[in-house]
Amino acid sequence: MLQFVLKKELRAGDHVFHLDAAYRLEEGGFLGIRGPSGSGKTTLLRCLAGLYVPDSGSIQIGEETWYSAREGLSLPPQRRSVGFVFQDYALFPHMTVLRNVSYATGDRKRTMELLDLTRMTDFAHHFPRELSGGQKQRTALARALGRNPRLLLLDEPLSALDEDLRYSMGEELRRIQRQTGVTSIIVSHSRQEISRLCTEVLELAEGRILEAEVECRGRSRSGGV
Amino acid sequence: MSFDPVPFWVSFHLGLWVTTLLLLICFPLAWIFARSTGRWVPWVESTTSLPLVLSPTVLGFYLLILLSSRGPVGRFFLSVFHVRLAFTFAGIVIAGCISSLPFMLSALRAGILSVPSHLLDASYTLGKGRIETIFRVVIPHMKSSIVAGIVNTFAHTLGEFGVVLMIGGSVPGVTKVVSIAVYERVESLNFATAHVYAAILLVVSYCGVFLLNRIQRSEARR
Repeated sequence: MLQFVLKKELRAGDHVFHLDAAYRLEEGGFLGIRGPSGSGKTTLLRCLAGLYVPDSGSIQIGEETWYSAREGLSLPPQRRSVGFVFQDYALFPHMTVLRNVSYATGDRKRTMELLDLTRMTDFAHHFPRELSGGQKQRTALARALGRNPRLLLLDEPLSALDEDLRYSMGEELRRIQRQTGVTSIIVSHSRQEISRLCTEVLELAEGRILEAEVECRGRSRSGGV
Repeated sequence: MSFDPVPFWVSFHLGLWVTTLLLLICFPLAWIFARSTGRWVPWVESTTSLPLVLSPTVLGFYLLILLSSRGPVGRFFLSVFHVRLAFTFAGIVIAGCISSLPFMLSALRAGILSVPSHLLDASYTLGKGRIETIFRVVIPHMKSSIVAGIVNTFAHTLGEFGVVLMIGGSVPGVTKVVSIAVYERVESLNFATAHVYAAILLVVSYCGVFLLNRIQRSEARR
């Protein structure tokens, strides 16, 4: 189970507000975070990944503590078992798809399994500049899964895609999440997209949770806020 | 015509030493300048850029004061390492490093700034530390800036005159570089040999700049 309580001061231009979010997500759950731009969605993901250090709070996954302000503990991203899909995918431009994924796995067999899972085997020797938006997204996903993460973080991974591709890639994402069973959190502007993909939804505004829903999608459990 | 190839070897060795040392020194410096937001950064940056605008003879004069056996740096090297700096090859290497520092530093700093920070973040979330990220992500991404730094530094060092003359004088086979050889030939009205030296230097410099432009154009197309 992932459990976090996070507080951090945020700035949007001259406007200062506080991210103040707490949630508990069961193992294998798929949480969607929606909210307007500047509501703190990406900051929340980055705090979970260890790319930002919160001002206070804690992050715990299973028995492991990744962050605890009280204990003065903050593991760097390298020591957190996370996979992160960035909004613009952040693929290494000088590496082929195969090398991008094996950068994470360090193992050719595992790399080929992930390329197979994401249906990218035929493009293994292509460079990112030779890929379409959907192919880049699949490569970024394969790479993020390369470390067998306990937590997969997806920062608006579908926002750069056109409408049709968004739908099919969303389905693909749902299939891969179910197949791997990795606890996942996705951030998106789109209410529809999140409702379609996720088992639980958080609505964030100015850093605070406005609403938390545990939606159907074949699972019945209650999420704690 | 008395053509002596030795000044070319001295210049070539000087270029190699200065370029290699500056590559090693400037990478961490450029990283700090590119990533730090401290108030001290503009001060240090201005200091390291000074050789770009300062007259080489003025720079050479101050370096001579520092590096001579009576100067603080020269005295330190003499007493600790038993190495004299003024009028020696080691001295002109140090002078060349200071004089060419901004060429390497600005190229590497621009290269580091050109690496999007999300690539570093991606590498960290994939379990890689800073050193591995630098070698596998940052350096390949800024290849053309590294080549630019190497070519500019090497070419500038090959053409170095004022600073080298002030620190090294014109000791044949030790500190007499090509540009000093050209100057001496002109001074003795031996224009034919001066032409040969100058033409070789011109062709080498042109080839360097041409190579640099080719690499940068091909990188830009990728």
